[in-house]
Amino acid sequence: MNKGKGFIDGLRDGIPICMGYLAVSFAFGIAASEKGLSTIQAVVMSFTNVTSAGQYASLDSIRDNVSLLEMALLQLIINLRYLLMSTALTQKLDQKTSILHRMGIAYGVTDEIFAMSVLVKGQLSPFYSYGLIAVSLAGWTFGTFLGAFAGQVLPTLVIACLGLAIYGMFIAIIIPPARERKSVMAVVAASMLLSLVLTFLPEDFRLSSGMRIIVITLIVSAAAAFLAPIPDEDKEGRDA
Amino acid sequence: MHNVYSYILVMALVTYAIRVLPLTLIRRRIESSFLRSFLYYVPFATLAAMTFPAIFMGDGISIWAAAAGFLTALILAYRGKSLLVVAASACGAALMVQLMINVIQ
Repeated sequence: MNKGKGFIDGLRDGIPICMGYLAVSFAFGIAASEKGLSTIQAVVMSFTNVTSAGQYASLDSIRDNVSLLEMALLQLIINLRYLLMSTALTQKLDQKTSILHRMGIAYGVTDEIFAMSVLVKGQLSPFYSYGLIAVSLAGWTFGTFLGAFAGQVLPTLVIACLGLAIYGMFIAIIIPPARERKSVMAVVAASMLLSLVLTFLPEDFRLSSGMRIIVITLIVSAAAAFLAPIPDEDKEGRDA
Repeated sequence: MHNVYSYILVMALVTYAIRVLPLTLIRRRIESSFLRSFLYYVPFATLAAMTFPAIFMGDGISIWAAAAGFLTALILAYRGKSLLVVAASACGAALMVQLMINVIQ
């Protein structure tokens, strides 16, 4: 695999992620400064964490001055899906990929970068990942800065609508494969339905949003793997 | 009162550990067809659950504006438009509907 070409391809494919991240992290920057973080704190958090849901959830906990252990647990639960994504990525890598490359790729395992990486045909080159990560992270960090620094001047209406950017991005990732494969469509529909039900459970039975996502992911993915296993040498196939 | 940076450090360490442990510890092909299929379905289940119904529950935006954004995103994604086009159009559609609602009221 050509290193330079892999990196350039990653940069190019990462541009839409970068733009989406600009919008989403802009909204995060605004929220962070509203909850009392300084601009530099918000930017450091984005650069070191690179996780939308985990960062959003942390803001209330920081304001409430929770213990560090509780913060660690919160992040563990909300971000547990990355464990599954990283495990899936190991199957896309050449087995000989060095530990340093593996540690480098791990830094940028996000929903969007993961989705882009698993959709690559054949094996994943670490340099392609680095390209994706570099351009995405630039957007994520710079957007946070803009939101925290200048966001307060935007009308709230515009800010509220920008909040939809992350969901638009998620939809753009999951719908095209769902169109190709009925079992994926079923997984998407079942997950949304289950999410709706769990969100509106009676107060006493309600799960935190991170826990809800984990429960749904485990149940629906396991059911789908049982009912509609993916044919082995046919990750790109359309017969399922 | 905890320092904000100690929170950020803890968050970063936990999150990186979650990401790096599987990538460095699992070096072989997973042979189980069930596990491979399970991992294949994970991102679709996660992102679908994160999107719905959360997209309808944002602050400062009506359910109709959110629905406009949601439908726009679904249609454009189904037609294979890029991440950026889908995300931007969803925001734009929601903004237009919310502006109309604000004018009517």
